[in-house]
Amino acid sequence: MDPIMLSRIQYALTTIFHFFFVPLSIGLVLLVAIMETLYVVKGKEVYKTMAKFWGKLFLINFAVGVVTGILQEFQFGMNWSEYSRFVGDVFGAPLAVEALLAFFMESTFIGLWIFGWDRLSKKVHLACIWLVFVGTFLSALWILAANSFMQHPVGFEINNGRAEMNDFFALITNGQLLVEFPHTIFGALMTGAFVVTGISAYKLMKKQDVEIFRKSFNIAIIIGLVSSLGVAFSGHFQAQYLVETQPMKMAASEGTWTTTEDPAPWTVVAFIDPNKQENSREIKIPGLLSYLSYSKFSGSVKGMKELQAEYEQTYGPGDYIPPVRTTFWSFRIMIAAGGLMILLAIYGTFLAMRRKLEGAGKWFMRLMVFAISLPFIANTSGWIMTEVGRQPWTVFGYMTTSAGVSPNVSAGQILFSTIAFTAAYTVLGIVMVYLFVREIKAGPYAVEKPEEHDESADPFGVDGGYSVVTK
Amino acid sequence: MLSLSELWFLLIAVLFVGFFFLEGFDFGVGMSTAMIGKTDRERRTLINSIGPFWDGNEVWLITAGGAMFAAFPHWYATLFSGFYLPLVVVLLALIGRGVAFEFRSKMRHERWRKTWDIIIIVSSALLPFLFGVVFATLMKGLPIDAQMQLRPGFLDIVNPYTVVGGLSVTLLCLVHGLLFASLRTVGDLRERALNLAQKLMLPLAAILAIYAVMTYFMTDVFAVRGWALWIMVVLGAASLGLAAYFVRQKREAWAFGMTGAVIAIAFASVFIGLFPRVMVSSMGSAFDLTVYNASSGAYSLKVMTIVACTLLPFVLGYQIWSYYIFRKRLNDHHHLEY
Repeated sequence: MDPIMLSRIQYALTTIFHFFFVPLSIGLVLLVAIMETLYVVKGKEVYKTMAKFWGKLFLINFAVGVVTGILQEFQFGMNWSEYSRFVGDVFGAPLAVEALLAFFMESTFIGLWIFGWDRLSKKVHLACIWLVFVGTFLSALWILAANSFMQHPVGFEINNGRAEMNDFFALITNGQLLVEFPHTIFGALMTGAFVVTGISAYKLMKKQDVEIFRKSFNIAIIIGLVSSLGVAFSGHFQAQYLVETQPMKMAASEGTWTTTEDPAPWTVVAFIDPNKQENSREIKIPGLLSYLSYSKFSGSVKGMKELQAEYEQTYGPGDYIPPVRTTFWSFRIMIAAGGLMILLAIYGTFLAMRRKLEGAGKWFMRLMVFAISLPFIANTSGWIMTEVGRQPWTVFGYMTTSAGVSPNVSAGQILFSTIAFTAAYTVLGIVMVYLFVREIKAGPYAVEKPEEHDESADPFGVDGGYSVVTK
Repeated sequence: MLSLSELWFLLIAVLFVGFFFLEGFDFGVGMSTAMIGKTDRERRTLINSIGPFWDGNEVWLITAGGAMFAAFPHWYATLFSGFYLPLVVVLLALIGRGVAFEFRSKMRHERWRKTWDIIIIVSSALLPFLFGVVFATLMKGLPIDAQMQLRPGFLDIVNPYTVVGGLSVTLLCLVHGLLFASLRTVGDLRERALNLAQKLMLPLAAILAIYAVMTYFMTDVFAVRGWALWIMVVLGAASLGLAAYFVRQKREAWAFGMTGAVIAIAFASVFIGLFPRVMVSSMGSAFDLTVYNASSGAYSLKVMTIVACTLLPFVLGYQIWSYYIFRKRLNDHHHLEY
């Protein structure tokens, strides 16, 4: 294994893991904020109970999101030092702004929210959770500004062999950001919504705390409907932008080796052979790719072979075709998961509106529980498509991924850290899911038993100082 | 007049000083659970005393890292890739510690709580130690070559000077944390925190003195910044003396302020001694990373300056407000969240 491959594996693993928690944090905190708003406005205790219950789940999730995020920031310097030297001037700024603007806000106000139930007035306490939501929202904006620069570099010039910022405004009005940010945020809101509806469906099936979970389902399904449609529309704009800015990624995600006929058909499934550069056993829908690319049923889409020739002209010799099968299939998995969520959200909203939730068929409720996995599948495959599809570039057109690794870090060191982080993350994942399930089973009215007063002395003593703590 | 890159050096120094002042007592409180928390309830009280704050305090480090990345890409790249293995340990400790606070009291199960307690104690001791080691090596010098690449050997990072530096920071954080704990608790727990702080004053003074002497002989910072550093040493010694006096008087608020001053003076001295270098190369001063050869372009720094000057007052404002909200001591009747 060479350092490049290992650094890539580490980046993929740590980023995918981190991004299980991020969208759920954003989506959950919005729902908690809405519930607490209902409590403050309507004054009904039940909404406070809801906000506290979902808030508990949010906090467990948020903790893992925060600690895995630290690694994300350090990783650029540790594994990708040449990349950091080349783009720090441009890429570092949004990261620093993210910390100053968003992380401080999130961490301070979440502290106030957790510990401030009895110390703050109702309205101030409510403001805290909304500020946490604003913080997560801004955090997403700035980190995506940084990612958008990698996908579509703007607002800089090359000086002394590195990228130097010359237009901050261009960086934050990057067309890529304008399509990427809504798509990611809708995806995050959808994640929170489907986790809440899924858990609520499970509890409703068990007939536990019906009022709380019916109300939770009703609030979340509306967010689910709006966000799942929002994801689809923003995704469509993103695809059109992709055709203009990263045609190679578009061609790879469609498995298009040679420029298509006009109008271009959309391939549903295909058997792709990257070595022979051809596909077999394709199923196609006529004209749909033209619509996806140009919002009209005409126009052809460039193929990878033609683009490869063009890129060789522009950037010199090299292989500019990303891993096609990964890009192609991750795109389709994302769309399938997204489509299924839209259907479930529509039907769920229909049931909720007609107050028929509890009478709904077992099959639908079971499907909603299973659908907890869908947003995670969609988020992950979406990022795989967008990051793998950008290869071989790390900054499109300016720096290849392999040129970005740290020259002074050995493969052994990266292997060690990858194993260490993977082990730590595995434990974290298991513990977190375990705690989630435990909280869900305990339900919103679980009372913490009063702590007994134990008299033992020393945490490192014979009995570890827990002699009287019961299990 | 400061140039922009000099200003950012100052800002990053401020961020690190803020980080060690604030997160320093979080580390100390984490360590203190092993020493003064006799019962589970007491350990919980200690953890809850920093509960609302520790995450916000940690952001000072994240911001310092982001600011280094943006303002001094070469410093960030050389330091983070060169200190690969220590940083892996730092990250694992930060990860473990962060979730331990959140998870620890979620279950009333002996082994569960004990495991998270040990993670809190070990990581709270390990982190200040490793940071102390890293900052000591920055002053002592590292084999940085002409390409700004750093491939340190084990002895470059771990040697008597850096170990003393690490121990100094750890002990300083422990005393600082004990005083913070005594500020937010009552009765026995407060007494125990104050007593232990008082006992540790002499060892702390001793190790800081040893470290100052070693710094004089093993680095060039006194030669480069003579009188300014001597002033810092005198100020530091005075603050430490006052801290000892106030601890004996059982006036923990003033004592805590003084240990905070010692931390601020110690880390400010590191940056004063380094300036205008950000990393000293042991392979010749031509290869030093400096404020001038490691920084970003003027435009980027200007934008960042505007953003930072706009946002910092707000950040400081609401962080101070959160300390004001949770100024009351925790007693036996309080509901504990963590």
